[in-house]
Amino acid sequence: MNAIETKGLVKKFGDFAAVAGINLEIKEGELFGLLGPNGAGKTTTISMLSTILKPSSGSASVWGKDLLHDKDSVRKSIGIVFQDPSLDDELTGRENLDFHGRMYAMEPGLIHERIAEVLKLVELESKADALVKTYSGGMKRRLEIARGLMHKPKILFLDEPTIGLDPQTRRNLWEYIRNFNKKDGITIILTTHYMEEADFLCDRIAIIDHGKIIALDTPEKLKEVLGGDIITVESTDSNALKKLLEGQVFVKETKLFDEHLNVSVDNGGKALPKLIELAQKNKITVDSAVLKRPSLEDVFIHYTGRTIREEEASDKDKARMQVKVGGFRR
Amino acid sequence: MEFNAIYIMWLREMKRFFRAKSRIIGNLSMPFIWLVIMGIGLSSSFSIPGVKFDYLAFIAPGVIGMTLLFSSIFSGISVIWEKQFGFLKEILVAPVSRTSIVLGKIFGSATISFINGVLIMIIAILIGSISIASLSVFSILLAIIFMILICLAFVSVGIAIASRLNNMEGFQMIMSFLVMPTFFLSGAFIPLQNAPLWMGTIAMFDPLLYGVDGLRGVFLGVSQFPIAIDLGVLAGFCVAMILLSSYLFRRMGE
Ligand SMILES: Nc1ncnc2c1ncn2[C@@H]1O[C@H](COP(=O)(O)OP(=O)(O)OP(=O)(O)O)[C@@H](O)[C@H]1O
Ligand SMILES: [Mg+2]
Repeated sequence: MNAIETKGLVKKFGDFAAVAGINLEIKEGELFGLLGPNGAGKTTTISMLSTILKPSSGSASVWGKDLLHDKDSVRKSIGIVFQDPSLDDELTGRENLDFHGRMYAMEPGLIHERIAEVLKLVELESKADALVKTYSGGMKRRLEIARGLMHKPKILFLDEPTIGLDPQTRRNLWEYIRNFNKKDGITIILTTHYMEEADFLCDRIAIIDHGKIIALDTPEKLKEVLGGDIITVESTDSNALKKLLEGQVFVKETKLFDEHLNVSVDNGGKALPKLIELAQKNKITVDSAVLKRPSLEDVFIHYTGRTIREEEASDKDKARMQVKVGGFRR
Repeated sequence: MEFNAIYIMWLREMKRFFRAKSRIIGNLSMPFIWLVIMGIGLSSSFSIPGVKFDYLAFIAPGVIGMTLLFSSIFSGISVIWEKQFGFLKEILVAPVSRTSIVLGKIFGSATISFINGVLIMIIAILIGSISIASLSVFSILLAIIFMILICLAFVSVGIAIASRLNNMEGFQMIMSFLVMPTFFLSGAFIPLQNAPLWMGTIAMFDPLLYGVDGLRGVFLGVSQFPIAIDLGVLAGFCVAMILLSSYLFRRMGE
């Protein structure tokens, strides 16, 4: 079964199509990424899949349930961490989690148990009984993630989960997210405009721009499109090595520089051991071999002709964090 | 009906309410000032020729009605804040029917506004604005029923408005064109029997009029309409508003 299937999903705000016909098949157990710049339509897509927004047209099924006609069943199988803050500041962390558990009709005993588990997971036990308005931005984010996991959803949506977090916390969260997916088998759909995040976490990535999917594949395959990897080899006998490699099927191109030899290949991971084995067989010493892969950033530029504009994005993140930290008090 | 969800939504409102002590005092200060300054200050000078008229006693039901009206509308409208500051999304993705969500919100908000009303009623009794002689188990019970109906009805009005608005920009309009007229035309502070016919006629469409009139019937023993009529009109309005607010809430965002 596919965890999520969409057919021609469209969301229009007036005349403007924020999501302009998206077809997706996300497999059970997958960690799937939606990567795109600000305003690409990531949040709008997730809002539709989580029943918050009604699609203008198209259809979708979530965990086998029809998104348009069986919203209640859809809601039962999903958990979501919204991009923007959605905690009750005037309750404690524990109370926010308890509220969630009861809204999801969990047994009181189970609620108690799960609160302890998820708090431990995000390392917020010591802050659990403090009012959320006294939390830092990162703590709030972690609490929101804990809350999304409370009821053990089948599918978890994470909309920019690490936005505005410091690198250390971000790394930790990546580990959590990976574990939920690999150990607990939760299907995860994650949006981000951080390249490293998508690259590090996702099994497959859809690059989305102007409301359309412009590329969809594993991070590795996406990068292969750019003409593969480059292996930089240093050897005492570069000329001989170059001659040797030129006849090989896995080698696309070789280029000799003063100090080193650049070898273009389709799949650097597979080519590197072959290259070294071949050199050894022919008694050519390889002093060093470095594999350089094209980044997703390069892929993004390839498809859109633009960079993802991380700088602009991070300004927006900062503004968001201020809302998050300052919050609004009545 | 998901009682668990309704209960936790109610409980959340209670926690927030009792945590904000300054808000409780803020809510009660205005009605208190009305009672003390207007009631005591005006009772000597405010008189209708030939009639024995005790203004302090007259405005007690009015001040209770005012307290309930304002705090109910505001607490219903707080849904707008929940929309703007995100928490509503957490509620809306939960596997709970929209009807239960509205009911939870209505009960929670109505309870808060009811507590405000009861506190003002106690203050009114303490300063002698409501005479102890008028109190009996029956009259208190009847007063409570009136108060509950007023709360449920106007909380629903607040939620209905909030379902149609996305920010507080329209708030001033609502105050000027809905809340204030409802308040003044209810006869809370001025007896409408002597008002011009046109004003009295318009006032007949003010649901709060029946609430205040009913409370006056209970505490003073005099009212414009029989208590049964007041009760019937108010209950009808209340049911209509609950239905309207759950209808509008369900259609929100579509
Ligand atoms: N309620 C709305 N009314 C009108 N336009 C909207 C609304 N919500 C989103 N949009 C527009 O739809 C487009 C997609 O927005 P969306 O929030 O889905 O982008 P995103 O990919 O999540 O971006 P970000 O990385 O900034 O979160 C944007 O141009 C946005 O301005
Ligand atoms: Mg977004």
